[in-house]
Amino acid sequence: MPRALPYLLLLPASLFLLVFFFYPFGLVVVESLTRGGEWTTENFTRMTAHWKFSQAFWNTVWLAAIVVPVQLIMALTMASVVQKLKTGRSGLLYIFAIPLGISDLAAGLIWLAIFEQSGFLNSILHGLGVIDRPQLFLGYQSLWVIFLAVCLAEIWRATAIMMVIIVAGMGLIPKEYNEAAEVFGASRWQRFTKVTLPLLRPSLQTALILRILMAFEVFAVVVALGGTTLPVLMGETFQWQFQLQDRGIAAAYAMVILGLSVAFSLVVLRLLHVPKGARI
Amino acid sequence: MAEIVIKNVAKRFGAFTALHSVDLTIADQEFMVLLGASGCGKTTLLRIIAGLETPSQGEVWIGGRRVDHLPPRERGIAMVFQNYAVFPHLTVFENIAFGLRMAKLPQAEVERRVKRTAELMHIEQLLKRYSGELSGGQRQRVAVARALAMEPDVILMDEPLSNLDALLRLEMRAELKGVLAESKTTTIYVTHDQVEAMSLADRISVMNGGYIVQADRPTEVYRNPAARFVGSFIGNPPMNFLPAQAQGAGRWQVAGLDFDGPAAGAAEFAIRPEDLHPAEAGLRAEVRVVEPLGPHVLVTAQVAGQPFRAVLESDHQISPGEILTLAPIPDRIRWFDPETQKAIA
Repeated sequence: MPRALPYLLLLPASLFLLVFFFYPFGLVVVESLTRGGEWTTENFTRMTAHWKFSQAFWNTVWLAAIVVPVQLIMALTMASVVQKLKTGRSGLLYIFAIPLGISDLAAGLIWLAIFEQSGFLNSILHGLGVIDRPQLFLGYQSLWVIFLAVCLAEIWRATAIMMVIIVAGMGLIPKEYNEAAEVFGASRWQRFTKVTLPLLRPSLQTALILRILMAFEVFAVVVALGGTTLPVLMGETFQWQFQLQDRGIAAAYAMVILGLSVAFSLVVLRLLHVPKGARI
Repeated sequence: MAEIVIKNVAKRFGAFTALHSVDLTIADQEFMVLLGASGCGKTTLLRIIAGLETPSQGEVWIGGRRVDHLPPRERGIAMVFQNYAVFPHLTVFENIAFGLRMAKLPQAEVERRVKRTAELMHIEQLLKRYSGELSGGQRQRVAVARALAMEPDVILMDEPLSNLDALLRLEMRAELKGVLAESKTTTIYVTHDQVEAMSLADRISVMNGGYIVQADRPTEVYRNPAARFVGSFIGNPPMNFLPAQAQGAGRWQVAGLDFDGPAAGAAEFAIRPEDLHPAEAGLRAEVRVVEPLGPHVLVTAQVAGQPFRAVLESDHQISPGEILTLAPIPDRIRWFDPETQKAIA
């Protein structure tokens, strides 16, 4: 009986996941591959044929490609600094973690309040005499500004989650490795690249996968800052599901996001693989 | 040539003083052991020499060069850590090669040195493994090989054997002594194990409360402790101490027995447990516990109400409750000043 007990205790949660996650997930898969009750790939061909698809696809990929590495570098830098602190460490962690408590839509709205025509940025520039009338920063003529604003909002919002994971990971590395590297001639940078980073691989895996998944699901921030001017995959899924009422194509979009997430997660797992016996 | 000179070095952590003004000179190629209980400052001193800790005051010189302002890598040292610190993400080969690669040695030289030190430490068959696949003893060998591969002037060792089991420790101890003597480096070795210290050291620095109490050859430290602490710390079981009453003219009464002692002042009588033998006349000892140890028997007794131990030949039949008269070997008797705790010559 004691041997079965842990499984019994996990049973409700497992059932819950099976019923409310995998079942709807299965439905979406079926939805994406059927049309009018027939098995078909038509949803996918119609999705890719639409002029917005490749824009949405590449916007999403580019956002992830820019935001995630920038966040990784920032999170590593911040974590290294936090790691060195003797006092006030937890206080700083709390401050850094504040954006984590804000929903992505709220984050988008905060940055909208900065960039919009009557926003803070316009007020400041006007106050400084740089401009004589409010500028339209987030218009469809200047897509790159919207793109940049989304990048900023995403970096502001979600760097902390990576940092928290990395700080925890750095805390697990015994100090002696760094000291040994120091005694055996490694400079500060070499200690970081040759000791800290390799030993941090498990944490980097977690942080990167979590962050990449979030990046492919970017939605509310984009909607708040650009409406549908800057199409992204998740936005298109929403559009097809609710505006255009085509659940088949919406399901196909969802499958594309899933495919990207799985593919990149596998790449991260592969690149940051730690051989057996090489763990701390 | 790598003589190490420590001048007036102190280390304070806030209000706590880990090391009080320490002076110590370690000769080229000498094997110096820093011995003391935990918290005595021995590891702090080692880390200051390594450059992993900055002294609050004082100077450190290695090979005629002042190094206390230099980072560890510019000091010509190598170190073996207590928990080995064998990098888990590198193979044994790359671990041993780590310092050589940092020094940008040519590949052929790196391979030659890794091969040589791996053979020396008998780990040549493990070179492709990761540390997670090694036993504690093997990791220890990798850590030593990594230090030796640097061909350093000075090797620092921080309790390198303390995580090994007793049998392995004995084996590694003998091996280390041989390997280090051959490498002709100056060695500073931190331990709390007095047997290890005795068996390895050319000289032992006994440390207590942030001071070096005595720095001398092992037999000297054992036979002629400079302070009461050294006598009570070194030796298993440690020295016996008994109060002595002055009888005048260098005569002292200890537990009802008269001895020749210091000319004047106050004094405490001290004798090692193995420097006693049963005799017609001697200290009256009431036996409490008898522990046969094979070649010897350890007797715990009371003399004049004080705990007192004697190590006797095992052919004596002794049982608890018995009264023994134990005679100290006259020239092994030591005297300490109860005020300063220092030995009286």
